[in-house]
Amino acid sequence: MTLQVSQNVPRRRLLLRIGLLLGLTAGALFAGGPALWMLINSFKPNTEIFAYPPTFIPETFTLDAYVKILTDPGKVRFFINSYVVAGGVVLLTLFAGIMAGFALSRFDFPFKRSLNAVIISIQAVPPITLLIPYFGLVVWLRLYDTLWALVFTYMVATIPYAILMMTGYFNTIPRELDEAVEIDGGGSFRALWQVLVPVARPGIVSVGAYTFMVAWNEYLFALTLTQNRANRTVPVGIQLLMGEHSFEWSEMMAMSVLGSIPVLILFLLFQRQFVSGMTAGAVKS
Amino acid sequence: MQVSNARPSAELAPNKPKRRLSPRLRGNLAAYSYMSPTILVMAVMMATPVVMVFIYSMLSNVVMVKDSEFVGLDNFVQLLSDPVFRKAIGNTLIFTVASVAFHLILGMVFALMLNSGLVPRWLSALFRAAFIVPWVFTASIVVILWQLLLNPSGVVNYLLRTFNILGDRVEWFSNPSLALFTVIFINVWAGYPFFMVSLLAGLQGIPGELYEAAQIDGAGPWNRFFHITLPQLKPIIVAMAMLDFIWNIQHFSIVWLATGGGPLNATETIATYTYKLAFSKHQFSVAAASGVVLFVVSMIVALAYVRQQKGRD
Repeated sequence: MTLQVSQNVPRRRLLLRIGLLLGLTAGALFAGGPALWMLINSFKPNTEIFAYPPTFIPETFTLDAYVKILTDPGKVRFFINSYVVAGGVVLLTLFAGIMAGFALSRFDFPFKRSLNAVIISIQAVPPITLLIPYFGLVVWLRLYDTLWALVFTYMVATIPYAILMMTGYFNTIPRELDEAVEIDGGGSFRALWQVLVPVARPGIVSVGAYTFMVAWNEYLFALTLTQNRANRTVPVGIQLLMGEHSFEWSEMMAMSVLGSIPVLILFLLFQRQFVSGMTAGAVKS
Repeated sequence: MQVSNARPSAELAPNKPKRRLSPRLRGNLAAYSYMSPTILVMAVMMATPVVMVFIYSMLSNVVMVKDSEFVGLDNFVQLLSDPVFRKAIGNTLIFTVASVAFHLILGMVFALMLNSGLVPRWLSALFRAAFIVPWVFTASIVVILWQLLLNPSGVVNYLLRTFNILGDRVEWFSNPSLALFTVIFINVWAGYPFFMVSLLAGLQGIPGELYEAAQIDGAGPWNRFFHITLPQLKPIIVAMAMLDFIWNIQHFSIVWLATGGGPLNATETIATYTYKLAFSKHQFSVAAASGVVLFVVSMIVALAYVRQQKGRD
């Protein structure tokens, strides 16, 4: 039997290769097909979307849907809100994450281990559980229906990741570097911002990108803690439009394309870092 | 606002060492001032709400009633005797187990295909990029996209009919016996890339000598997969399955957006039902009890995850 197999190796290899290519193509259609369909339909006039049989290349190519969205201040507002919230979350998360990462990397202090454990376990707390008290809490803090409500609640999800990543980055930077600053008479604060932060910049940028993505994609809190249309973010805004004019599919698709572009760009730039960051827990050996 | 208030203290503390403090105390003070923005956010936005939700769960209908009183575990009893909640537990388990299993299977198949070494490198990089695509989309876009694709007169039904796989126009979302399958399918589509990428990293870390040795011993591809690949990937698989279990058991957005828990509670999960209890039925105390149940289950799995990780170090 082994003999037979070894005689057929070149042929088997060819068959295997063909089978593999078929499998890869099927996988690519499954994974990328829907996204391609989104793009195609965003360029069709609405009447063509449910044409039978469906058109796989738009018969009438039009940018109408994009123009309609980008010239409607109400819809542009969703995008502005998303950028403001995600930007705010990134800045505040990086600030808190850099400081805490520095403390955990460079100092030994009481309850350090328990704090670290709390930071890790926070990531497992269900958002829906937090949402019930958040509603009252956010009203009480007078943040209900403001973008600040989103910024502060998102930080709970983004800070732990930032701290874990920043602690890791700072741990790779030799202590002699910040000790030199302190010998020169600078405090640890100066060592952090003037020496460590510039050295750790690639890490900070990728943590920022990841944080942006989490904030940009969030749905549950944005749905519940804001109310006014003017305070809605893209994920909720798209759904609102869906409910209101559910037959404007080309507009829905154009808005989906526009809403995915920021994350797509971040993915193209930082894919490697995201992946190693997200799987840091799982893949560390 | 709170965070910017914390800033001056963090700036001043390390720069203005008090004269009489021991270096050790000064170090602790500095460390805590660096931690203070985080501690402040977590105290207000994490510790307080967790305590609140536990208290809510033991009060008579809080928020809606002015003088709510302590009722012990009544809310939990009410919740567990609610047939919809029981149905939600069952659905959540099906949703979670199926999602984790298919994330894993699909991620593994795709990772193995990419890692086979039988296609040129550039082609495999191209396919890799295509396979990651679903990861880019946020839940509400994922759902809108699939609502278009799975529309009774949409392209999926058209293709299924053209190739004679299914005859009628299928109502993927509004047919109670199909809806749970449909949301699981969408959730699998949206979530497998994370598994694929991690498993691919794991596959690339397996030393080639292991396979060479096995080949010399005459082991076939199945044998190599079950006796080398799988055991080598086991730590990654276990860790990711646990993380994914936590994420899916809490999952809200795709189910909520696709079906809202319907039709006839066919896709109701603990998360969507908790949301309904709180924000459409205004039974905040029962909702809090439901939130506590989810919290406790998540924490148990998280603890197991941390133990498993520590065991490996």
